[in-house]
Amino acid sequence: MADVAIAHGEGHAADHPETTTGLPHTKLAMWIFLASECMLFGALITTYVLYRGRSEEGPFPADVFDIPYTSVSSFVLLASSLTMVLALSAAQERDTGRMRLWLLTTALLGTTFVGGQVYEFTAFYDEGLRLSTNLFSTTFYVLTGFHGVHVTVGVLMLLSLVGLSSARRLPADPSFPIEMVGLYWHFVDIVWIVIFTVVYLVPTPTPGG
Amino acid sequence: MATVTTTARREGILRRPMAMTGVRSWFTTIDHKKIGILYGATAFVFFVVGGVEALLIRTQLAGPDGTLLNADQYNEVFTMHGITMIFLFVMPMAAAFFNYFIPLMIGARDVAFPRLNAYSYWVFLFGGLFLYSSFFLGGAPNCGWFCYAPNSIFDPTIGPTFYALGLIITGIASTAGAVNLAVTVINMRAPGMSLFRVPVFVWMGLVVQLLLVFSLPIITVALFQLLFDRQFGTHFFDPTAGGDPILWQHLFWLFGHPEVYVLILPAFGIFSEVLPVFSRKPLFGYQFVVFSGIAIGFIGFGVWAHHMFAAGLGPVANTAFGVSTAIIAVPTGVKIFNWMGTIYRGDIRPTSAMLFTLGGIMMFVIGGLSGVTHSIVPSDYQQTDTYYIVAHFHYVIFGGGVFAFFSAMFYWWPKVFGRLLNERLGVIEFVLMTIGFNLTFGPMHILGLQGMIRRTYTYPESLGLTFWNQAATVGAFLIAISVLLFIVNVVISHSKAKPADVADPWDARTLEWMTTSPPPVHNFDEIPTVHALDEFWHRKYVEDERTGRLVPAQAGAANGHDADHADGWQAIHLPSPSYWPLVAALGMPVIAYGVLYSWWWLVGVGFATALIGFYGWAMEPSVSEEDG
Amino acid sequence: MRKRLLWAAAGIGLLLLLSGCAPEATQDTLQPQGPYAEKLKDLFIPVFWVAVFVFIVVEGGIVWIAIRYRHRKGRERIPAQVHGNTRLEIGWTIAPALILAGVMVPTVATIWDLARKPPDDAINVTVRGLQWWWDFEYTDDDMRTSYGDGASIRAADVLVIPEDRVIYLSLEGAGGGIGGDAEARDYMVIHSFWIPELAGKQDVVPGRTNHILMQADHPGMYEGQCAEFCGLQHGRMLVRVRALAAEDWEAWVENQKQASVAPTGLAREGMDLFLEPLSDGRGSCVTCHAVGGTDATAPAGPDLTHFADPTHECFAGCNWETSDRDALEAWLRNPDAVKLGSKMPDYHLSEDEIDALVAYLYSLK
Ligand code: HEA
Ligand code: HEA
Ligand code: HEC
Ligand code: CUA
Ligand SMILES: [Cu+2]
Repeated sequence: MADVAIAHGEGHAADHPETTTGLPHTKLAMWIFLASECMLFGALITTYVLYRGRSEEGPFPADVFDIPYTSVSSFVLLASSLTMVLALSAAQERDTGRMRLWLLTTALLGTTFVGGQVYEFTAFYDEGLRLSTNLFSTTFYVLTGFHGVHVTVGVLMLLSLVGLSSARRLPADPSFPIEMVGLYWHFVDIVWIVIFTVVYLVPTPTPGG
Repeated sequence: MATVTTTARREGILRRPMAMTGVRSWFTTIDHKKIGILYGATAFVFFVVGGVEALLIRTQLAGPDGTLLNADQYNEVFTMHGITMIFLFVMPMAAAFFNYFIPLMIGARDVAFPRLNAYSYWVFLFGGLFLYSSFFLGGAPNCGWFCYAPNSIFDPTIGPTFYALGLIITGIASTAGAVNLAVTVINMRAPGMSLFRVPVFVWMGLVVQLLLVFSLPIITVALFQLLFDRQFGTHFFDPTAGGDPILWQHLFWLFGHPEVYVLILPAFGIFSEVLPVFSRKPLFGYQFVVFSGIAIGFIGFGVWAHHMFAAGLGPVANTAFGVSTAIIAVPTGVKIFNWMGTIYRGDIRPTSAMLFTLGGIMMFVIGGLSGVTHSIVPSDYQQTDTYYIVAHFHYVIFGGGVFAFFSAMFYWWPKVFGRLLNERLGVIEFVLMTIGFNLTFGPMHILGLQGMIRRTYTYPESLGLTFWNQAATVGAFLIAISVLLFIVNVVISHSKAKPADVADPWDARTLEWMTTSPPPVHNFDEIPTVHALDEFWHRKYVEDERTGRLVPAQAGAANGHDADHADGWQAIHLPSPSYWPLVAALGMPVIAYGVLYSWWWLVGVGFATALIGFYGWAMEPSVSEEDG
Repeated sequence: MRKRLLWAAAGIGLLLLLSGCAPEATQDTLQPQGPYAEKLKDLFIPVFWVAVFVFIVVEGGIVWIAIRYRHRKGRERIPAQVHGNTRLEIGWTIAPALILAGVMVPTVATIWDLARKPPDDAINVTVRGLQWWWDFEYTDDDMRTSYGDGASIRAADVLVIPEDRVIYLSLEGAGGGIGGDAEARDYMVIHSFWIPELAGKQDVVPGRTNHILMQADHPGMYEGQCAEFCGLQHGRMLVRVRALAAEDWEAWVENQKQASVAPTGLAREGMDLFLEPLSDGRGSCVTCHAVGGTDATAPAGPDLTHFADPTHECFAGCNWETSDRDALEAWLRNPDAVKLGSKMPDYHLSEDEIDALVAYLYSLK
């Protein structure tokens, strides 16, 4: 989506007549798209919640979760929202260097999060929690995996922005495409807060205690 | 004409296509009108394919113990019939009309994201082809159009995998298209066109897009879960590991019911455009028609479990969903009565378009009323999964939706192609189709009440179902003949010389008729400023406030392209054609085949293709620099 | 003119619908044979007439308007431009709402009525749907067999019940053959149990237990079918209910409690074939089937203890009459050939083996 966003951003605003609502098309599209994404994660989270505690055999969440570890990586992701904001404000001030720096930082934090997730998955795997082990593994991997893919796409978009900026292919005022990617990025972060709370923080009953 | 420059120049690996005409232009076009035509033509082909499958079904069931198809083939055929008609015919046909007419009706030059539009089309096409390739690759989907788990996860054939992947692909196409059209309606209206001056067709378009945006992700999740259950051994719907098969039903119908309104609201929009034109009266109670459409969309999200009355959800759920389902009849009824108010005391001209609309409304009402009898939960214990249901949904979808599409074809054909279709043939087609339709699906009510289950490839003679099945089969072939007549009509009309002027053959009311037929690439030489609902009509006629009488306005006022602004188009910059949407779309089926056969390298190739497409697309300026 | 044609077509359609209860139909929902099906019909019929009323008002109105206000050649007429009438529109929003509210009252009452617990003297039967046949287990205490460890009576294809008694069916998703053979995962799908003349349908959902109350007013045979798509042979997953008069029922139960009697002659040869592994490693009938009083106790296929009892009228998903010897032979010759995809494999039985097996099966009274 972000590619579209860039392509149709305000770069050609001069060519286009005013929009009816005053909002750029891309921003409107991004909001509608994110609303759609809400339903996507809504369905995934609902599935997880419905199957919570219904696994017939272990490992169960309590057996594998390392809450402090995941809290740290969650914090990393949250911090990336902050750096995203900084990138945008740098862009608005037309400070290209600082903008690239913050974009890169955001991407780096995102990558750290995804890397952490990969590590977490491997650790779980080693403890015998395969994708097909039980209902918990099924719902857990698919939910967090979908989220991880979203973060990865976000990182790709951030890196693309940096690349475009270095190649001087961004419009003179780059704040619009950055704002759009930022919207997506914040959305993905917020979703993680929900997932983290539902999956990790709310305790799951295990059969027999 | 405003043909934009045709010189090409090197740009990355692919030469930037510039031609606006010729065969190649169809692959690179990002003009909403051409894309609309592509959508329409493709959808119609799928209609005929789905129709031929229907004829196979009907031939098989013409008598007891039919042997034309075996159980396996029959299951594939009825599944593909349902999938084709819904996902590859009605939805894209609606997309065709929305694509073509929403920009014209709101006075825009194109949709908000022209290249995304092309991308949607290509993804849809590839999704359809992917689904149909299953016939040659070891078995088409055979699990019914709602592919209930756990049957679909345990099925040993490859069919359900095709189903999941195919629908994910077409779902991506629909989501992209929906976002695009929704933004177009919200954001690209001509000056003065407030939301309450927008034609009802556009309103229904907006509601449909929002329904899609909110419902498609749900089935996407369900499809991924199904896919993972089949390919990677997860247990979402696997009862042997504690998974709940009912979850699939909830997710599917949470999408599936809004989906049926996605199928019918375009028809409601068409009815609302055609009736006023051919009775020369404004739509009765515009506000009520619009709001009832919104209400239908809204309530449509709260009734899904009426497809699961027999699944054992318990009396509380059955009561709640029975009541909420019945409530939907209220806003729908409002529309019907307002349409009656529209034609009441009108000057009704029985053109083909008008006949298909009137007939469509009448057929829809029959289907709607049987729908209400399903909402009587205990009655539905008898009706569900019988031909009574099959009768219901063909009356609403075919009687409402398909009749509406034919109406729209006759109504808008001159706008799109600059040629009128033959009226006499059109009327014959209408009569034949109406008879054939009722002969096919009327008896299915009886069959269902007599206990004929659906999705059965055969029935024993002892059940006493033979007679009405034969009737239905005869009817189906009558429908086929009427469809053939339509094709003949198109061929005849296009083999004749082009008539001089069909700018406004029906004395129509809305903006799309203010420009030439067919419209120029840039739609309007000058974007009209809108002062009223039915702007064009009000430019032609002045209404006496007091008596409601009409008088023709002064000559010239109606002209959309007045002499003063004849050169206006020269300053118009239209986005240039592009290959990238096609390239990006090509990635989808490649990924899908990769997943299907677990060829991970192919998945990689697919992703790479899509990524290259997207990057090419992002890097390419939307208007080529040499342009203009 | 054309409208009149349409009108006529619609009228005929309605007439056809009314004449829908053709006498020869044996799964007719409009000819209920017991109180529970009766309730459903009693609800449907008035709603149907409400629908007919709306149908006449709306369709009649459209046709009348279309004819009355049709355009006449050569007469240019511009009608008055009426944009709406709020009061009228509110009226036709409220009127249907009221009608529907009226209809919903008996609807909701019936939903709850049907969801009631069964009376104490109801007969309990557990119904299992398998691919693609029905299995019944009579779970009441007085329905235990006299052989083996006194398991409940089981029967396939035909559900035998006494007349005028409430039957409480528990629909259980079955999987892996009954008893849980993990290898046979693919058995576990959704079916829907439906005897139109006795009760509405309910889905048989793995992992849940749904219920149906049914009762037959008269002795007789009531046909039904699996109504939820359940894979390849969904279309041929038929079922029958045989309602018996009270004394016949007693006798039937008594007979069901007995083990099969070891036969003699050809049937005895068949019995050996059935119980021993077939030659050349072709497998064995007893891996799937049970015959009471023998070593055959497997639950994956139909229980054959009383295969030839007169009430067991039909076999293999009720597609053939049990008395039809040719059909039974064809079934044993190659189940797949007569019921594509059947879960019973082809054992390449010789004609002699088939004769013996058929003789044995027919001895299982
Ligand atoms: C275009 C698609 C479309 C539309 C518009 C509808 C409209 C309606 N549908 Fe239908 N439906 C389907 C497509 C559609 N349906 C499909 C495809 C299935 C089967 C899926 C499958 O299993 O494969 C289905 C199945 C289906 C079921 C499940 C049946 C079952 O499987 O057991 C039910 C149950 O309640 C139902 C109800 C309704 C109702 C109440 C409406 C209402 O919206 C109808 C409202 C309209 C009217 C009522 C007529 C006009 C109103 C008046 C004139 C006012 C006065 C009326 C009264 C006072 C009654 N439908
Ligand atoms: C838009 C939706 C739509 C449309 C238009 C149709 C159109 C038709 N359907 Fe449809 N049908 C569905 C949607 C639709 N159907 C769905 C969703 C299902 C459920 C599937 C499921 O259970 O999963 C279904 C199921 C279904 C069944 C039940 C199958 C079963 O349960 O076993 C039957 C049975 O008669 C049937 C018949 C028909 C017929 C005769 C037509 C006709 O009206 C078709 C008319 C069209 C043509 C005939 C095409 C014209 C053809 C030519 C011009 C070609 C001539 C050329 C040659 C002869 C070579 N359909
Ligand atoms: C792998 C399991 C299996 C084996 C082994 C097997 N059957 Fe079956 N049998 C079935 C199943 C399953 C059905 C029901 C099939 C259907 O209706 O689609 C069935 C049905 C039947 C029926 C009809 C029963 C009824 O009441 O409907 C008969 C008779 C029968 N089998 C006899 C035999 C004989 C004889 C053998 C040995 C030569 C045999 N079966 C071996 C699984 C098996
Ligand atoms: Cu069992 Cu259909
Ligand atoms: Cu529905």
